[in-house]
Amino acid sequence: MSDNSKEVETSKAAAPAAGSYSDHEYELGLRVVNSDAIADPGLEPHRVRMTDKSVKHEKAAVRQVALLFTFSMLGSAFALWAYFNFPLSEDLSSVRLNTMYLGIGMTLGLMGIGIGAVHWAKTLMPDNEVSEERHLVRGSDDKRAAAVEILAAANQESGFTRRKLIRRTLYGSLALFPFPGIILLADLGPNPGDSLRHTFWKAGTRLAKDPTGIEIKASDVTLGSVFQVIPAGLNPTQKDYLEEKAKAAVLLVRVDPSELKETDERKGWSYQGIVAYSKICTHVGCPVALYEQHTHHLLCPCHQSTFDLIDGCKVIFGPAARPLPQLPITVDSEGYLVAQSDFLEPVGPSFWDRSVK
Amino acid sequence: MSTTQTKPQKNSFLAGTANYVDERVGASGILKEFGRKIFPDHWSFMLGEVAMYSFFVLLLSGTFLTFFYDPSMAIVKYDGVYAPLKEAMISKAYESSLFITFEVRGGLLMRQVHHWSALLFVAAAGLHMLRVFFTGAFRKPRELNWVVGFVLFVLAMAGGFTGYSLPDDLLSGNGLRIIDGMIKGVPFIGTGISSLLFGGEFPGHVVIGRLYALHIMLIPALILVFLAVHLFMLIIHKHTHFSGPGRKDTNIVGYPLMPVYVAKAGGFFFIVFGVIMVISTFFTINPIWNYGGYDPSPVSAGTQPDWYIGWLDGALRLAPTGMEFMIGEYTVSMNILIPLTVSLLFLALVAIYPFIENWVTGDKREHHMLDRPRNAPTRTAIGAAGVMFYAVLWAGASTDLIATHFKMNLNQVLVTMQISLLVLPVVAFIVTKRICLALQRKDKEVAIHGRESGRIVRLPHGEYIEVHEPLDEYELYKLVDFKDYQPTLARPNAEGKITLGARVRSSLSRFYFQDRITPATKTEIEQARHHAHELEAQVQKAIESDK
Repeated sequence: MSDNSKEVETSKAAAPAAGSYSDHEYELGLRVVNSDAIADPGLEPHRVRMTDKSVKHEKAAVRQVALLFTFSMLGSAFALWAYFNFPLSEDLSSVRLNTMYLGIGMTLGLMGIGIGAVHWAKTLMPDNEVSEERHLVRGSDDKRAAAVEILAAANQESGFTRRKLIRRTLYGSLALFPFPGIILLADLGPNPGDSLRHTFWKAGTRLAKDPTGIEIKASDVTLGSVFQVIPAGLNPTQKDYLEEKAKAAVLLVRVDPSELKETDERKGWSYQGIVAYSKICTHVGCPVALYEQHTHHLLCPCHQSTFDLIDGCKVIFGPAARPLPQLPITVDSEGYLVAQSDFLEPVGPSFWDRSVK
Repeated sequence: MSTTQTKPQKNSFLAGTANYVDERVGASGILKEFGRKIFPDHWSFMLGEVAMYSFFVLLLSGTFLTFFYDPSMAIVKYDGVYAPLKEAMISKAYESSLFITFEVRGGLLMRQVHHWSALLFVAAAGLHMLRVFFTGAFRKPRELNWVVGFVLFVLAMAGGFTGYSLPDDLLSGNGLRIIDGMIKGVPFIGTGISSLLFGGEFPGHVVIGRLYALHIMLIPALILVFLAVHLFMLIIHKHTHFSGPGRKDTNIVGYPLMPVYVAKAGGFFFIVFGVIMVISTFFTINPIWNYGGYDPSPVSAGTQPDWYIGWLDGALRLAPTGMEFMIGEYTVSMNILIPLTVSLLFLALVAIYPFIENWVTGDKREHHMLDRPRNAPTRTAIGAAGVMFYAVLWAGASTDLIATHFKMNLNQVLVTMQISLLVLPVVAFIVTKRICLALQRKDKEVAIHGRESGRIVRLPHGEYIEVHEPLDEYELYKLVDFKDYQPTLARPNAEGKITLGARVRSSLSRFYFQDRITPATKTEIEQARHHAHELEAQVQKAIESDK
């Protein structure tokens, strides 16, 4: 079949070598063999370059290449000089100068070599295109027969096919041996247990400003103001500070109490229009950091999930599916805002068994 | 000096060295085999080279960075020269990144070289993949090398992401937070996997060290192994070349490795390195000092991942609201699972495309000649649809910036993106296919009738014609030398049954080749030439009678 193809038909090559297309026939599939194809005129004639024709141009090209390599030397030398002459100091502009002069020198050092070498190849090295025969990737029939023979001999000598018991137990052992290695990875992390269901908040924990830790009085929270809140007592020196903060971060807002839409069950969770919601997005856990005062919308800057603060932080837009969990708050005897309890549901991104009691 | 001589001349240091090496590693055989190997020339063949060289630059600059970087998440009080962060409680990882930036000479430069070359690495690898796709270089015998290249591309993204997280700044920490959220959304195992990755609760104290191990050891080692396999197969297969006069599936036309390609490719490494260096000198990338250390509470608006992660982030954003449901008391987060599945499916389709096309055409021959994209209209259209799908997801990662920059409503931008994701790939398919077919028709027209000369002639009976000039034989051959496939009917197999596979293959073959344009034939061209000669004779006669 392949003998009909236009390539072979128009080929000017002499008798094909072993491993070429006449050696093995492949299916053509849906390929249409064009018996009326235009003949291949062969390689285009070589175009002579100026550097091939004129000694003057050739010499100029040699000088250009040498000049480019010289630029490279100068660039590298400059970079070395700059390393010592633009040291770093407390003044941050020294970082800029150090980076810039080192970089300029190194760029010259690299580009000089690169452009020089390519220029050399393009102007002075031969640019005659050469044609070379390809051979089929598959081995010749002889080679394949020899390979099959080796496999058969190996099989015969080892009895791999013949000795079923050995073979099957080998499969079994190979299948099992990775598992101890895999189980070793189990100690990479503890079983999460119910750690995702609890946060630092407890009944009576005061609400404090993030990051100063100053506790917040209800009277500090004016209408429309927003506070980034962490539980009082959570401080940066403790061991699990970031893990606790990643669950306990809260956004505190005071709105007009008459605007708040509260379900009966959550009636007592706010204090005079002051509401506290988890700041950790229920989508994939980014901090929901943007609050739009006149619409009372909270927006997550990562994936734009939008929550309606006055309506229980329901999702009104974006990929999140659940409202932000609300932290029930009240005030203590000294007028400070405190949590009534921990969050009543896990905060942050959904996980498989989050609702399992 | 002849190569068969065993004793080199005493005065030649080079010959002595060559002899020493040859007697110990048999270098002459290697050189004889590969020294004059032919490589074809085309600008698009550089893209893979750019990727490889960027990777070498990554290895060099990355090694430098490891000498100063400390992957510890222990919290320390910052006491370096960068005043705005004085006294801040930050991790050692972030502290050492700041140290490299502000207190190591050339440290910022090397950090930027590393980051820029990572961006270039993934970009060049992606463009290289597109070049291979659109020219059909993935066809037999190179299907497996396509898969190897695909794995390299995925590894490049993995290398990029693990590296992005290492400075432990606010941005990268939020990136990890998103990964954590996505993992937790996976049913059954999500919570457990997250705990294994972070060594407990997010962010924990170990994840940076673990990512560091992956980033500087496992991933680069895998990239090196797959790169070696990729190049090994390149040598086995020899490079493809574009169709044209003198170029066949049975030969390879180009320049020898030594000296031309050693100079060109070797020089090109320095050019790529130089370009990365000049960009890194003048353009800031990832100014981690502006972001501060990681803290789970703050985040700045308008944050963007590195470009190659954008399409995955976009997939997350485009999920419609409220796609979460319960099975009993278990939560199924479709808003995570759908983007995950769609992205993985897209990648899987990319990986297996060569096998699909091979099954449809049934052409089991070796293909060493590249297609011009127009000459495989359906494949090119499929590629354009894929690029469009990726592009919409990618743009989806910037919905907020598009909205703020163009003063549009964020919600409308997002809804537009959601619709675009479904509609635009189809549009891209249709438009691309039509453009390819039109270009093919134009080619055929030019091949048969020649090039328009701009010479308008009035014949004696009043008719105006434009004289066409015939192409020279090389130009002509470039236009007609491409492979032509025709659709097939579902045929019964040996048992006389038409299998489902045969039906699917038949309809796919129609999808691919139904409206194909065949290459111009010799007869068509000769007829047209004959006609042109007659016209020319008429024109000459008219001119003479005019005198």
